[in-house]
Amino acid sequence: MKSYDIVIIGGGPAGLAAAVSAKKSGIESILILERDRELGGILNQCIHNGFGLHTFREELTGPEYAERFISRIKELEIEYRLNTMVMNISPGKLVTAVNREEGMFELQAEAVILAMGCRERPRGALNIPGYRPAGIYSAGTAQRLVNMEGVLPGREVVILGSGDIGLIMARRMTLEGAEVKAVAELMPYSGGLKRNIVQCLDDYDIPLKLSHTVVDIRGKERVEGVTLAEVDGQGKPIPGTEEYYTCDTLLLSVGLVPENELSRGMGVELNPVTSGPKVNESLETSLEGVFACGNVLHVHDLVDFVSEEAAAAGRHAAAYVKNTDGGKAKGTAVKLRTGAGVRYTVPESIHTAGMEDVLPLRFRVDRVYKNCYVSVYFDEERVLHRKRRIAAPGEMEEVRLEREALLRCPDLKQITVKIEEE
Amino acid sequence: MYDIVIIGSGVSGAAAARELSRYQADICVLEKEEDVCCGTSKANSAIVHAGYDAAAGSLKAKLNVRGNAKMESLARELDFPFRRTGSLVLCFEESDLPELEALCDRGRANGVKGLRILTREETLDMEPNAAEDVCASLYAPSAGIVCPFGLNIALAENACANGVEFKFQTEVKDIKKMEEGFELYTNHGIFEARYVVNAAGIYGDVIHNMVSGKKIHLTARRGDYCLLDKEAGNHVTRTIFPLPDKMGKGVLVTPTIHGNLLMGPTAIETEEKEGTNTTREGLDQVLKKAGRSVRNLPVRQVITSFAGLRAHAPGDDFIIEEAEDAPGFIDCIGIESPGIASCPAIGEMTADILRKKMGLKEKTDFISTRKGILNPNTLSIDERNALIREKPAYGNLICRCEMISEGEILDAIHRPLGAKSLDGIKRRTRAGMGRCQGGFCAPRVMEILARELGTDIRDITKSGGASRMLAGISQIPHRNIEPLGKE
Repeated sequence: MKSYDIVIIGGGPAGLAAAVSAKKSGIESILILERDRELGGILNQCIHNGFGLHTFREELTGPEYAERFISRIKELEIEYRLNTMVMNISPGKLVTAVNREEGMFELQAEAVILAMGCRERPRGALNIPGYRPAGIYSAGTAQRLVNMEGVLPGREVVILGSGDIGLIMARRMTLEGAEVKAVAELMPYSGGLKRNIVQCLDDYDIPLKLSHTVVDIRGKERVEGVTLAEVDGQGKPIPGTEEYYTCDTLLLSVGLVPENELSRGMGVELNPVTSGPKVNESLETSLEGVFACGNVLHVHDLVDFVSEEAAAAGRHAAAYVKNTDGGKAKGTAVKLRTGAGVRYTVPESIHTAGMEDVLPLRFRVDRVYKNCYVSVYFDEERVLHRKRRIAAPGEMEEVRLEREALLRCPDLKQITVKIEEE
Repeated sequence: MYDIVIIGSGVSGAAAARELSRYQADICVLEKEEDVCCGTSKANSAIVHAGYDAAAGSLKAKLNVRGNAKMESLARELDFPFRRTGSLVLCFEESDLPELEALCDRGRANGVKGLRILTREETLDMEPNAAEDVCASLYAPSAGIVCPFGLNIALAENACANGVEFKFQTEVKDIKKMEEGFELYTNHGIFEARYVVNAAGIYGDVIHNMVSGKKIHLTARRGDYCLLDKEAGNHVTRTIFPLPDKMGKGVLVTPTIHGNLLMGPTAIETEEKEGTNTTREGLDQVLKKAGRSVRNLPVRQVITSFAGLRAHAPGDDFIIEEAEDAPGFIDCIGIESPGIASCPAIGEMTADILRKKMGLKEKTDFISTRKGILNPNTLSIDERNALIREKPAYGNLICRCEMISEGEILDAIHRPLGAKSLDGIKRRTRAGMGRCQGGFCAPRVMEILARELGTDIRDITKSGGASRMLAGISQIPHRNIEPLGKE
């Protein structure tokens, strides 16, 4: 059986960045396992621009952004396998995978980096009533069909959900000659980035119907139309507000779920809010030597932050392999607590010994806030009080913790992040 | 002229075809859909009921108990998944105890083995997630769960292997009684048959009324269901029913043979024979009623919902007999629950009627067994690797959620009565039936179907007919775009 210092599960943006950084941190024996036909993950179908503003200070398309990392992988001679599905990882980091050439095989990893990404929530998850005809696609599946397979899923489209992929696909389908009749969003605010609403809906006069949902799907064989209705504060459709739209296609952009079947199988503890692993400052899960980054950890809005997070995971995994991660000296961890308005934080605990100089602490708020403050408390003491003109669940928030600051408080038990209003 | 034409290839038609294929006869099955198992047989609870529900002496009671007893050997012969898991009928009010006991007595009279009334403690011991206020339950160890697609497809494939012809997308529009036999008018011409079996499911009345003056009306009862992720599959380990009412057995909660959790059905009468749409009210009712019997249902884990129609006959019983005023025309209709459980016996009974009438002789070369699609998960690593070396497609995993390989998909397409659509693949292999509901694998399966069937990808359908997956070829496939890189 072959063994590797680090086995990375997934060759999308997270896996690639983790591999590059682990290699640069001095690890030679690295393997990336990718289930698709090429490296790059979901970026390959994201042919729109807007990637890389933070990382490369220029605006790239998804495949271009991926290419920057793929060429680094090749330069650094990092090993990878394509069309390879990981079927199981044991708690002892024995990885079982399968592909056409090698059949089923096992690999022993010293450290594992989980970078499997996420999947889209299907129609069933919303329990939308109606028929089950052809023409109902999740937005990402439609994106793959249009941008990679070169086929058009439909010509008259209604989109449910204003997540970023839904917004991007509203524009993409329009550019392909389809008519996008409306984007309905259950919540009173969009789940996507503001810039995508402007560039993908407003610029094409596509109406965004907030507080609306699909209450019926018509068409026995192919979608013939959908009925939208306004919803009340509890998300329940309001009778009498129904509006029928003829269409042949319903695209769903109703949320992304980290794909943690492998993590769960190996016994990694998951956070019920993110559906991703619970991690510490080193992005290490509840299993020693098992790290997680990217959308498998928590769903990101911007790939730049995925790359940044994954690079950190790569460095920490390298330190674990080289035994320079502070090891047992880590001691008790400081707990991260989610205060008012904060749904989750990544990480959830911090060992100062394992911290790098600056630790990005990422979180999402639970609703739209205007003129609020992001506050951080070290135990009872407020150490940060930053004004935010607007904070929304669709945009990930970040504060940066300095290791120095934590070292100054050796008795610190708990750090609380909360939203405070005026 | 065929000796026998069977209308419909749901479980009843397929079981009749399989049983009749034991005999020397030219048999043809006419199916209006593009595949077998497209009506009631595909959307039901998939329960092999024990047989205590139906009135003593009814066909439902007799065929259920007999079908249940035959299911094990049939599953072995035809290689489809079936497991005897047992069922519990829960009673919540002391005042309802006599009803529970009556159910038990009826079951014993019907010949159901092993029935037992359990106390509250025994019930909760067996099913810790049963509602806490349960006061007693009826335990039926002989109840089981089956893959309804697997069962239906296995019966049809075996019939096909024994010489039965299947004509798909062939809808019977009219039937004329001739001097000898019948003429069946379809969208694909006229078929002649000496004998006709009407196994047209929800359309059984329409077909019957084409030849018989004694009109029948079948009432369609719609049942909405919710299917939960495999993560919730162990929430209960047996099928859990409430006490039955006049509309049927009520909303059950059950593990499925593939490890999901299923809840349903509602019972909503409709005149719309194609009305397999779920409704908000229906789905809400499923969740509410299921929650009455079982605690802490993880309803956030719903991965899909669906509805099926069951054909309810006025006498509340199956109708399996020669139409009085149309000799040679055998009805096999009103097959609602417990149709899945009864189908081995329904097939047998239908075949028996024709054997006697026609004096059918057994074949000497009847093939009694059929091999299902190989599931590589049942192999050892060495066996699996040998398979992948021989057929590398088994090393190419297409459906991530259910871990289905290209090899299984190819098998589903190329076997007799093979899959022609995404739903055909899904029902045969489970590709697309998992938690992402085809989000990842649908494009890959479409590509494989187009390649293997030699058709344009634009002609690939979800389930035949007008259910095309695509509207066209997009204008600018990105592979042809020059990179815009600035380096």
